[in-house]
Amino acid sequence: MHLTDRQDIEVALFTEALRKRHGYDFGQYAPASFKRRVLGLVTALHLRSVSELTERVIHDEGFIHTVIERLSVPVSELFREPQTFVALRERVLPDLASYPHLNIWQAGCAHGEEAYSMAILLREAGMYERCQIYATDFSDAALAKAQEGIYPAREMPLYLENYRKAGGTARLQDYCTEKYDLLKMHDELRANITFANHNLVSDGVFGEMHLILCRNVLIYFTDPLQDRVLGLFRDSLVRGGYLCIGIKESLSFSGVASDFHLLSRELPVFRRTATAAP
Amino acid sequence: MMEACVVGASTGGVSALRSLLRGLDKGFRPSVIIVQHTATEGFNVLVDLLRDSCVLPVSEAQSREPIQPGHVYLAPPRYHLLVERQQRFALSVDERVCHVRPAADVLFQSAAEVWRDRLAAVVLTGANDDGARGAALVRSLGGTLIVQDPQEAEAPEMPAAALRLAGADHVLPLNRIAPMLLKLAARANA
Ligand SMILES: C[S@@+](CC[C@H](N)C(=O)[O-])C[C@H]1O[C@@H](n2cnc3c(N)ncnc32)[C@H](O)[C@@H]1O
Repeated sequence: MHLTDRQDIEVALFTEALRKRHGYDFGQYAPASFKRRVLGLVTALHLRSVSELTERVIHDEGFIHTVIERLSVPVSELFREPQTFVALRERVLPDLASYPHLNIWQAGCAHGEEAYSMAILLREAGMYERCQIYATDFSDAALAKAQEGIYPAREMPLYLENYRKAGGTARLQDYCTEKYDLLKMHDELRANITFANHNLVSDGVFGEMHLILCRNVLIYFTDPLQDRVLGLFRDSLVRGGYLCIGIKESLSFSGVASDFHLLSRELPVFRRTATAAP
Repeated sequence: MMEACVVGASTGGVSALRSLLRGLDKGFRPSVIIVQHTATEGFNVLVDLLRDSCVLPVSEAQSREPIQPGHVYLAPPRYHLLVERQQRFALSVDERVCHVRPAADVLFQSAAEVWRDRLAAVVLTGANDDGARGAALVRSLGGTLIVQDPQEAEAPEMPAAALRLAGADHVLPLNRIAPMLLKLAARANA
């Protein structure tokens, strides 16, 4: 049997161990990229095989934190996919501006980049005071980093370019302090952000949301899990609430597509239809 | 039978890809899936250029899209492109591999696992070593590896790296790669 087929068996057993031992279910993650990440974890930890990883997951009490941290891919940017922020600024925020209070759920927040970008966008629209941002992830390690809001300064050129393309109206440097090779987001941006653990695989609906952002998370899920999560979003949104996904994501292959309608063909921003089953 | 052909290219890749695609005819049935390292800004131009050079339909690979025969797909900029078991595409924003995203390694490895000996992989010109590890898996799972002759590649590093790590079934100058693919595809249908 080829090594790759033996590894498939090992990955299946590893997945089973994670589920039975720790309640984390990766069974509905897109298999090709999940396998890549598991093998990457084996290499990073200098282990010989996935089986060795499985053994540690079962017997080594604290090890699960490392595993979740490494499987979670907290790769993000400030104002990633800037055209989406333009759409939010021009199409979504004006419509939400009439609400006295706004709830925003940012699911899969990685190290917080998207939540801080959202806070900046809302400030520039003069709406931040009225907003509560719930930024969630299933990785405690990622959430701890998100809470800190510290990024490598070498990313600044990319962030600046994103911010400019996103139509930022101030200077990005006004929102963070650069010190040595680090970049720290200012505390006032964090004022209305709550970072919390929420697992999209197993946890339930999340309040009365006016806007949900979940970008570059659904790409990792198989169709059934994607449908579950979209159902969760539908049920968490107020009628007419907005859902924003990644620019390379779509609802074309989803069973709940009819509960949402697309705002414009070029942008991955949807609105919960009034008739969608709650 | 050959069901798919994956192609990796970097520096100098655009003109190499154009010339490769020009050599494929309407009857070519395998799916062609390409990773070309490009800046985001240049991507739409790249799609247009390749469309102009090719009689087969050319498009950007979409997340979850079923992979069609006789169709040319390009990995979108800033995402890794993977092939899933049911012959559908998946995207990821995982860390860069060999400093690039999309990486040919990621495409090649996932495609190799799905298509095995029904896959051909082509490594073209490029100034890094992306694709070499993927190429090795393609061969070890019975697929056919074609490497552009580094001597005539605009940037020799990428084909040379593939040769070093994976060897090759065919080392060819650019103008003989498309005819070889046609031959492999025809053998398949026999
Ligand atoms: C690639 S990042 C996307 C970050 C950001 N949204 C963006 O687009 O830049 C994916 C994030 O999703 C999180 N994630 C993956 N599976 C999850 C799950 N089941 N529940 C909650 N978060 C999850 C990961 O921990 C990671 O932080």
